[in-house]
Amino acid sequence: MRIACPHCGLRDLQEFTYLGDASPSRPDGLAATESAMFDYVYLRENPRGLLEELWFHNAGCRAWLAVCRDTLTHTIQSVVPANKRKKGAAA
Amino acid sequence: MRYSGFSLIAQSLKGHAGWGPAWRDASPKSTYDVVIIGGGGHGLATAYYLASRYGVSNVAVIEKGYIGSGNAGRNTTIIRSNYLLSENIPFFESSMKLWEGLEQELNYNAMVSQRGALLLCHSDAQRDAFARRGNAMRLAGVDAEIMEVEQIRAMLPFLDYENARFPIRGGLMQWRAGTARHDAVVWGYARAADARGVDIVQNCEVTGISVENGRVVGVDTTRGQIKAKKVALAVAGNSSRVAAMAGLRLPIESHVLQAFVSEGLKPLLNCVLTFGAGHLYISQSDKGGLVFGGGIDGYNSYAQRGNLPTIEDVMEAAMGLWPALGRVRVLRHWGGIMDMSMDGSPIIDHTSVQGLYINAGWCYGGFKATPASGMCLAHLVAKDEPHPVAAAYRLDRFATGRLIDERGMGAQPNLH
Repeated sequence: MRIACPHCGLRDLQEFTYLGDASPSRPDGLAATESAMFDYVYLRENPRGLLEELWFHNAGCRAWLAVCRDTLTHTIQSVVPANKRKKGAAA
Repeated sequence: MRYSGFSLIAQSLKGHAGWGPAWRDASPKSTYDVVIIGGGGHGLATAYYLASRYGVSNVAVIEKGYIGSGNAGRNTTIIRSNYLLSENIPFFESSMKLWEGLEQELNYNAMVSQRGALLLCHSDAQRDAFARRGNAMRLAGVDAEIMEVEQIRAMLPFLDYENARFPIRGGLMQWRAGTARHDAVVWGYARAADARGVDIVQNCEVTGISVENGRVVGVDTTRGQIKAKKVALAVAGNSSRVAAMAGLRLPIESHVLQAFVSEGLKPLLNCVLTFGAGHLYISQSDKGGLVFGGGIDGYNSYAQRGNLPTIEDVMEAAMGLWPALGRVRVLRHWGGIMDMSMDGSPIIDHTSVQGLYINAGWCYGGFKATPASGMCLAHLVAKDEPHPVAAAYRLDRFATGRLIDERGMGAQPNLH
């Protein structure tokens, strides 16, 4: 598997570190309910198919990337810098 | 037919023409007391213990492919109970005890071989950690022995003891641990369950779980609708997908784990060996192949095949431990899909849907747990209360903070 980093071009999997599902967003720590915090920490999307996920290009530009990847075929559909991510790209 | 030396001799005189199928390839009936989704080791063991220990035999095990075609046939066949945490030790030790009597109980040769499992340590700190783990095991009545380097060298002279980076400083041995033939475990449970009236339905994929007023009433399958009073999930790898059919979200990610087998060699390695400085476990099968594996690839996957960096990592660990392996060729390699839970420990529990039970989150420790997992899920389904040794494996432990984090990695499944 190779990932086309928007800054560095097509690079080997070994250069990247995986965080996982990109969808959880941290609730306001002071206002969050227990169940909202539980959702954020422990529940992730786990589809067999397209998943939006966060990868870190640690042996390259050290940017966080939002990758839309098929978990069944490992085909990568899109890679964008994480701060340019449009929510719901996998849907 | 009961298998024995006499039956073997009698059949050999008749040219082995009289062996019948070991189980019926059943068609699904319209209604069962219990439907178990997943015809792997765990599902079939559950059916067997439901019928043999809890008197529930109107049971179907439904499997989307053929039995044992998922992770039951993709593991590295290691059985052991060398855990640290008090929630895990009793469960895995009960599994070890069931392994010890399994072949007599099932009347089936599962090739259970208690050849010992040795965890190597490579620093003083790691030795201390293993001493602690060994003490925890012995306190719980499990066998454990700290081995000195000289003892290990006498047993395994071919390892790289003076490796500049990771010299071998000793090890923690569990002599009762070992290996079992994974396919035979599946077949043995299938045969014994079938003999007690359980229907094993293959090529029958679940497409939906029917819930009415918060209670499960049956499952939709590619071979029609099946009504059931209770439904149990034993589909590790795909737990998130199947549980989603009943509207559940699980604290689980699916990851691919690769494993390898070498060409056949003469007897060389007489125990299960684990490298403590990387992630590598290796044993030699009775056919002579070295069976080994390492960590998961580390990204979500349902592909049942992995990528090359992980293979390189495993091979490097193998070479670091045992340099002569560089001359050995890899014969096959494969991948299986693991239910990676958020604390690295399994789940055997009720769900929020009445009559729906879940057995999931085995990470890559599911094979050794097969007998106890079946026993505990059967207990839960039959009595509606958890088995004492699995009482900690609750689905709600993540919400209540009662995590069982053997490796201390937190909610990052690819690190467990």
